[in-house]
Amino acid sequence: MSHLLEVTGLEASYGHTKALHGLDFSLDQGGITTILGANGAGKTTTLRAISGMVARKGEVKLNGTSLMSIGTADITRQGVAHVPEGRGTFVRMSTEDNLKLGAYSRTDKDGILEDMERVFSYFPILKQRRGQQAGTLSGGEAQMLAVGRALMLRPKLLLLDEPSFGLAPLIVQELFEILKRINEAEGVSMLLVEQNAALALDLADQAYLLETGNIVISGTSESILENETVRRSYLGY
Amino acid sequence: MDLFLQQILTGLANGSIYACLALAVVMIYQAIDHFNFAQGEMAMFSTYICWAMIHAGVPYWLAFFLTIGISFLGGVAIERIIFKPLHNAPVLSHIIVFIGLLAIFNSLAGAIWDHNIKTFPSPFPEGSFEGLIGMHEVGMFFVTLLLLLGIFAFFRFTRIGMAMQAAAANPASAELVGIRIGWMLALGWGLAAAIGAVAGMMIAPIVFLDPNMMLGILLYGFAAAIVGGISSPGGAVAGGFLVGVIENLAGTYLPAIGSELKLTVALVLIVAVLLFKPNGLFGKTIVTRV
Repeated sequence: MSHLLEVTGLEASYGHTKALHGLDFSLDQGGITTILGANGAGKTTTLRAISGMVARKGEVKLNGTSLMSIGTADITRQGVAHVPEGRGTFVRMSTEDNLKLGAYSRTDKDGILEDMERVFSYFPILKQRRGQQAGTLSGGEAQMLAVGRALMLRPKLLLLDEPSFGLAPLIVQELFEILKRINEAEGVSMLLVEQNAALALDLADQAYLLETGNIVISGTSESILENETVRRSYLGY
Repeated sequence: MDLFLQQILTGLANGSIYACLALAVVMIYQAIDHFNFAQGEMAMFSTYICWAMIHAGVPYWLAFFLTIGISFLGGVAIERIIFKPLHNAPVLSHIIVFIGLLAIFNSLAGAIWDHNIKTFPSPFPEGSFEGLIGMHEVGMFFVTLLLLLGIFAFFRFTRIGMAMQAAAANPASAELVGIRIGWMLALGWGLAAAIGAVAGMMIAPIVFLDPNMMLGILLYGFAAAIVGGISSPGGAVAGGFLVGVIENLAGTYLPAIGSELKLTVALVLIVAVLLFKPNGLFGKTIVTRV
């Protein structure tokens, strides 16, 4: 398997405060990788650094092409769809307009319509809500819209920042099942940041554990599941 | 009754100009969160450019559309050259730059074209409509109405228009769907400058052309934006027509105001709305976490 994403020596900082101290990791083509860690470990910052939303150093390569010298909008256009913390939908626009904006950088009208139908097939509730203002959607629907909007880019890599946050367990289960289906059907690679370690390890095949801006443990999801530290600190048994 | 109707129609005609300026102000406000105090002077300068072209023998409508194009490019250039570096600057820096622009355009117009009041041609026939309102006012009303409808169609139905809205509403998310927000800002400035230019060229035959022509009109425009709600482009336009009508009726029927104190009406409206309904008649209440 070739690496889709290669990150080497990635540092990120907010003002004078360094949040990441040189991360090295990679993501397989078609794989799902999760980054685990406590609050403030740098999980969100890692995703933001890949998308160029924070000051960063080091190297991030997508399919061998560096993403370091281009801005967020152009990184997106390279095929990196970031579902941000807090979902980031355009709340005053309709569900449908949100999805259309997800395909903003594409010009193939037929393909966009096709993808909109595909998003509706994954998330049928969004079809019912297509004319409704995004700000009036429930938390679960809004998260589905955020994922749907990211899919409208036809991304190579999907960055997911705590998709389970604030959602009811049943909704979370449904969402993660759909993510699994999307990964299997479309071959979209995913980098998932989660607080809910059990859930994330169940979906992912690779995992990294982040502590105060450093990767402390890495391996396959199975090996991480059996790791004593991870079990005690993040899985609670 | 005729007088009343006449004042309403004149109010609507003047209001269309205020609506344009209010829309221009709101567009820039939504993008960068500040009032563009130089909006009126930018419109005045555009009007001078049109005047110079007509003076040099260019037919009216050609000069009209060329001016719109030049103003658009000028607006884009102002954002790229002056405001882009100020992206993260504090409020006061922005205000100083706005005032600086105001002074620059005002003095530049005086220096190039002198300070004498000039007449500006109207493209519409002379005379009046049914004895109620001048043909120029009728034409001005429909030109600006057409412009406003065009702008709304642009925002509602085009990909770029939607992207501009997205960039103004949520810049971080806009970038995450691939919208280059820097250029959306520049485009917003260009559009605002172009709208202002139309307002200037349409009102100039009435107020005559001089470097200070837009001062009072911009105040009405601000009043319109605030009455309608600074967060709502549609509200700003409605506010423009409302301010136009109120101003005319007050000037006619309140002897204490007359035509000399009309401008005060705009200021009173601004203060009253800010006191009693700070978000305007059509604005959305915005709650910020502190």
